[in-house]
Amino acid sequence: MKEIILIKLGEMVLKGLNRKSFEEILIKNIKHKIRSLGAFSVKIAQSTIYIEPLSDDIDLDEVCEKISQVFGIAAFSRALICTKDMNTILNVVTDYVADDLKFAKTFKVNAKRSDKKFPLKSPEICAEVGGKILETFPKLKVDVKNPDITITVEIRDFSACIHSKTIKGQGGMPIGTSGKATILISGGIDSPVAAYMMAKRGLTLSAVHFESPPYTSERARMKVEKLLKIVSQYAGPIEMHTVPFTKIQETIRDKCPEELFTIIMRRVMMQVASALAKEDSSHALITGESLGQVASQTLYAIECTDCACNMLTFRPLIGMDKQEIIDISRKIGAFETSIEPYEDCCTVFTPKHPRTRPILKFVEQAQKDADMEELIKKAIENTKTIIIQ
Amino acid sequence: MRISYLDNSATTKVSQKAADLAYKIMTQYYGNPSSLHSMGIKAEKYIESARECIAESMSVSAKNIYFTSGSTESNNTVLFGVADKLKRRGNRIIVSAIEHPSVYESAQELKRRGYDVVFAPVDKNGIVVLEELEKLIFNDTILVSVMYVNNETGSIQPVDQIAKIVKAKSNAYIHCDCVQAYGKLLLKPKKWNVDFVSVSAHKVHGPKGVGALYISDNAKFTPLLYGGEQQRKIRPGTEAAPLIAGFSAAVSEFDINSNLEYIKELNSYAIKKLSSIDGVTFNSNTDALPYIINISVDSIKSETMLHFLETQNVFISSSSACAKGKKSYVLKAMGISDNMIDCALRISFSKYNTKEDIDALSDGIYEGLKTLARIKR
Repeated sequence: MKEIILIKLGEMVLKGLNRKSFEEILIKNIKHKIRSLGAFSVKIAQSTIYIEPLSDDIDLDEVCEKISQVFGIAAFSRALICTKDMNTILNVVTDYVADDLKFAKTFKVNAKRSDKKFPLKSPEICAEVGGKILETFPKLKVDVKNPDITITVEIRDFSACIHSKTIKGQGGMPIGTSGKATILISGGIDSPVAAYMMAKRGLTLSAVHFESPPYTSERARMKVEKLLKIVSQYAGPIEMHTVPFTKIQETIRDKCPEELFTIIMRRVMMQVASALAKEDSSHALITGESLGQVASQTLYAIECTDCACNMLTFRPLIGMDKQEIIDISRKIGAFETSIEPYEDCCTVFTPKHPRTRPILKFVEQAQKDADMEELIKKAIENTKTIIIQ
Repeated sequence: MRISYLDNSATTKVSQKAADLAYKIMTQYYGNPSSLHSMGIKAEKYIESARECIAESMSVSAKNIYFTSGSTESNNTVLFGVADKLKRRGNRIIVSAIEHPSVYESAQELKRRGYDVVFAPVDKNGIVVLEELEKLIFNDTILVSVMYVNNETGSIQPVDQIAKIVKAKSNAYIHCDCVQAYGKLLLKPKKWNVDFVSVSAHKVHGPKGVGALYISDNAKFTPLLYGGEQQRKIRPGTEAAPLIAGFSAAVSEFDINSNLEYIKELNSYAIKKLSSIDGVTFNSNTDALPYIINISVDSIKSETMLHFLETQNVFISSSSACAKGKKSYVLKAMGISDNMIDCALRISFSKYNTKEDIDALSDGIYEGLKTLARIKR
């Protein structure tokens, strides 16, 4: 008798002939995620992944915690495995589900018999198990339509499985099944959420962060590292490129019209990020822009920013309200870090009256006049890279 | 390269003697001071002699000194402890508008809990306006908390006069946060007639994580912590013997008068150098404690200048290190404009500083003013 974890796959079950490759990546991701907790056997059968701890000292709560962060999992549950024998099943089932039934008023038993050699048919298994539970917990009632708790007994090829509580997984696609993209991350609330959302669709992530000492502090960079570490719990290891940006900002301030400062700065950021993305075989950029949130995220401003480089750019937050973004930020555990008050360069560089309807050709001309090609090249050269995991 | 550490009001370098003694107790006399055996007694002896040393430094008796984890705990103990104990006697608590956050925020919390908390205003020099303070005192006032030296500007409060005014009009206890004054000015709690005094080790070249609270004989309050018999149940918990001994080693090195003379010299040198730079204005008044100078550098954001100076190996603070990113309410209470507060810097000296440190500072500020981007108004 032993407890294991059963995992139900997410939407990848809809895949056709290439489904196996998705499953393999998911299994690899799961193994990687839980390897620090001990030795496990991880195998897949009949669209379910089974995680079996290979020693007794493994804490399954910790395993569940990790599993709950893996993309590609629709739901999972802890399950008891025992020999395929009705007496054994009846002996263990009441003890195992007692905790879950404590606050329940109604229940039902669900039986699945994939081993057709098992002598009892599914309805018979339900009746026996249900009878035993009613006998042990006389206050409970059976409700097959809307039960508080469903107890599932599965008769599989290798053994019988009993489980009662299903936990929702992260959903999405396994990391590494969709290629690689680069997130532009500032340290605010939005960009970690954008990174999380795109990782959920199976992307491996790189990150680009721009720092402007002495206008930004070392702590601001440490904060970004901390945020990426939170995202990496879901997204796996992230390469973080830190670009020295002071000279470029100072040049934009000195040479460009004040009201276009932010737009031009963002354009340069996109150019630098796309160059770095290409170097590490990213195929898209990701930003945390949300339409109309600030002056640089109006339709016209984003249009000007978008034209700065010819790389595909994902903006997963574009149609979301700030509160919706905050909700996700809290859910993934990034919010408290995102609101730490370290200095950014806003009050020094941000124009008092930024242009909300910039016109592309004037922006392009202003940027050209500032002649920053050399500076951009240098910034890319002096970029430092670390791996966050 | 030489490091110019001019942030001594945030914390100080631990003196060799203090570090050595703490280490010795950690590795040799590590017994629990409450243990019955000789290992415990040895540790206890260090604590008791430390208590005497700290008591002597403020001319009080050792039985009135209690060790805490630092001045945040000392200050919280007084505010919450007195508020609770005397809640039937009265409801009014007065703190000055420029107290350290560990007093200020505690007072705000008491206000939320229903106490009648009022903040005594200060003048443009950061000194409590005595006539205004007097008007705030009623006979249901239970506590008045005023710091001796302000942590951001160095302004010195007339604690003895404040005590006289308070005691004349009420039975309120008086608490004096002396963290920034300790080791720099003489503390005379008995002579001043104040009931509580908080001090901290790490501001006086002792270790972090330990402080002390002077409690007068007749002061009553509810303790913050429960658990053991240590320190007469007023502050239970195993005493941090190494830190406490390190604290006393640092205190035994006090040389208040000759240090003050030396710092006065550094201070006037700094003022001379800094006032020759266009764009520097002084927020500290001339009567402030010479250990602290608060300045504003025209249109250069505090943090920008701070990080720039850091690249020159000069370390200072943007007003108070405890309030990252927040506007200084201390400078605001002194009537300093928001524009100036955004650019405020605190320079704070210790006996280890020299004129070279000040040269590095003023060169750095001069250089920064030339190159750094300015705040847009």
